[in-house]
Amino acid sequence: MASVTFHDVEKAFGTVKAVDGVNFTITEGEFVCLLGPSGCGKTTTLRLIAGLEKATGGNIQIGDLDVTHLAAKDRDIGMVFQDYALYPHMTIGENIGYPLKVRNVPTDARATRIGEVAKNLQIDKLLERRPGEISGGQQQRTSVARAVVHEPQVFLFDEPLSNLDAKLRLEARSFLKHLQREVGVTAVYVTHDQAEAMALADRIAVMNEGRIVQMAPPLEVYHRPGTTFVANFLGSPPMNLLPGKVALDGEPRFVGEAFTIPMQSHVETAVRQHLSDGAQVTVGIRPEHLDLSQDPVSGGFQGPLYALETLGPESLVTLKVGDELLTVRIFSDDAPQLADTVHAAFDPEKLHVFRENGERIPVE
Amino acid sequence: MQRRPILSLPTGALFMLPAGIFIVAFILLPFFWIAAVSFTNRTLTGRTAVNPEFVGLDNYLRLFDASRFLNSGEFGASLLITGQFVFFSAIIGQAFLGLALAWFFFNRKGWIQNTVTTIAIIAWIMPDVVVAFAWFAFLNGDGGTLNQILGFFGLPTPDWLLDLPLVSVIIFNIWRGTAFSMLLFSSALGAIPPSYLETANVVGASTWQRLRDIILPMIRSHIVTALILITLWTFNTFTPFLLTGGGPSYQTEVVSIYTYRTAFQFFRFGSGAAVGMVMMIINLGFALVYLSLLRTQRRSA
Repeated sequence: MASVTFHDVEKAFGTVKAVDGVNFTITEGEFVCLLGPSGCGKTTTLRLIAGLEKATGGNIQIGDLDVTHLAAKDRDIGMVFQDYALYPHMTIGENIGYPLKVRNVPTDARATRIGEVAKNLQIDKLLERRPGEISGGQQQRTSVARAVVHEPQVFLFDEPLSNLDAKLRLEARSFLKHLQREVGVTAVYVTHDQAEAMALADRIAVMNEGRIVQMAPPLEVYHRPGTTFVANFLGSPPMNLLPGKVALDGEPRFVGEAFTIPMQSHVETAVRQHLSDGAQVTVGIRPEHLDLSQDPVSGGFQGPLYALETLGPESLVTLKVGDELLTVRIFSDDAPQLADTVHAAFDPEKLHVFRENGERIPVE
Repeated sequence: MQRRPILSLPTGALFMLPAGIFIVAFILLPFFWIAAVSFTNRTLTGRTAVNPEFVGLDNYLRLFDASRFLNSGEFGASLLITGQFVFFSAIIGQAFLGLALAWFFFNRKGWIQNTVTTIAIIAWIMPDVVVAFAWFAFLNGDGGTLNQILGFFGLPTPDWLLDLPLVSVIIFNIWRGTAFSMLLFSSALGAIPPSYLETANVVGASTWQRLRDIILPMIRSHIVTALILITLWTFNTFTPFLLTGGGPSYQTEVVSIYTYRTAFQFFRFGSGAAVGMVMMIINLGFALVYLSLLRTQRRSA
């Protein structure tokens, strides 16, 4: 078990910087998710930790050891790939034991350790089978077993759940969380699925265009997204973001094309501190913090119904506010009765405010 | 899922017909004709050209006549030469070197790789006669390119085609055929998912362990295929004739050249046909061994 530290790490492929000045410290035993859209550099970051890519700048430390120029095989890492990478010509037992075999662990000790790990992962009945003969979930466990069998310093996951079907994915997710808690090994987990990141991580690092945009515990990222990018990436459906202007003449308020939101006093304080009158802002409000209303609400939203999606325990109501769409998430297992014009109210405490460049204004 | 034929039987047969005619006319009929001729004393000229007689196994018995089987210029000696030729140029040379080159250039990009690949392919696609003449000039004892180079460095300059004829022919054939196995192995290596090798890398496998535990087992069927094809091609190749004519004094007379000499220089068609039949049986043997290897491996996979 060890920490992982990045100092100004860069990785360029030709002129494209896949990873562009990344800094972080992952402490011992921590579970960190790298989250971002495809092409944001999260997989490259993971591969830099593994040593499968060589950094073109900065340095990487695992524990106290500078591994920047160390080959992958000398870094003492366990890695689970998206396609599991189980060797078809080896049995499940041989696959799990391979890291021990290359370390010349004697056959007896190897068999004992394979049995231990396989039992822990509930695949001890499959050791004689071949990867082609077991299910996707079992393959995934085999791959995890192979990654933990030699007790590595750091555990790396490259989208390990994306090849599983939806039901199995949830099961495997809980299982990974349980396993990591039990083993307590430092883990870095790459995903583009925000729900996976929220569920698993001690801290989430949201990446975009080769940089870390925000790195914080899941609820922090959810409640206080650092930028509109993060706000838009987390949550399902994501946060409603509406362009508007600061109006400080008379009653302080945000004015948009089709809405006016009065500022709470603490919001006003923060806005006066960071912005001037007439500044362009983006106001954000999560769908789950909005509620439908029968009557017009002052400081709320209204507009024609755009779409109604009923999901069972909840429904998504989308209305058109000016040119923008606003989604409201209703926690009710009945379809809401809707008039042609929909009114929506929200808890003003839950309002987010972002600068024109996307940065968050700390309003709390 | 049950597979159903796309075409009805008569329509299918109709499509097969053109190819079928060619196969019957140019492969099956000659084969049976040769089989028949191998039991006669048919020749090009003389009495037996018009009225060949049935001689039973005489042609075969003469081929395997123990008292002179291994004498220079006889069938046994020719088989021995062919064995060395196939072993060194096909198995050690082409297959091994091809794999080594493919592995060396695997995942390496750049002008060196492109140049080597291009040269290898050119060596492979050039017509036999052109290549043979080029090598004849290259290996020439006095004034040949190779000896000029060796001489420049003060190294011995043997008359390659006279002093080391079999070695020359073997090297020539390696040069000629390595491209094929290199290309085959390159595509086989390219088909291994990158994560397999990266996993091996991360778990701590050395280069040698990666080759032994991952790469070789994963491309085993390609290796078997390459060995079948290369062995059969090399066993049957006639190109060494263009360099040495089988000589000097039968030292490079592989069985294809032996057959040619018997059938078309001495015009003893009966004996020539018998050699052809024996070659075919040996080829069949190779093919069966390799195919059974392939089959046991499929079953275990």
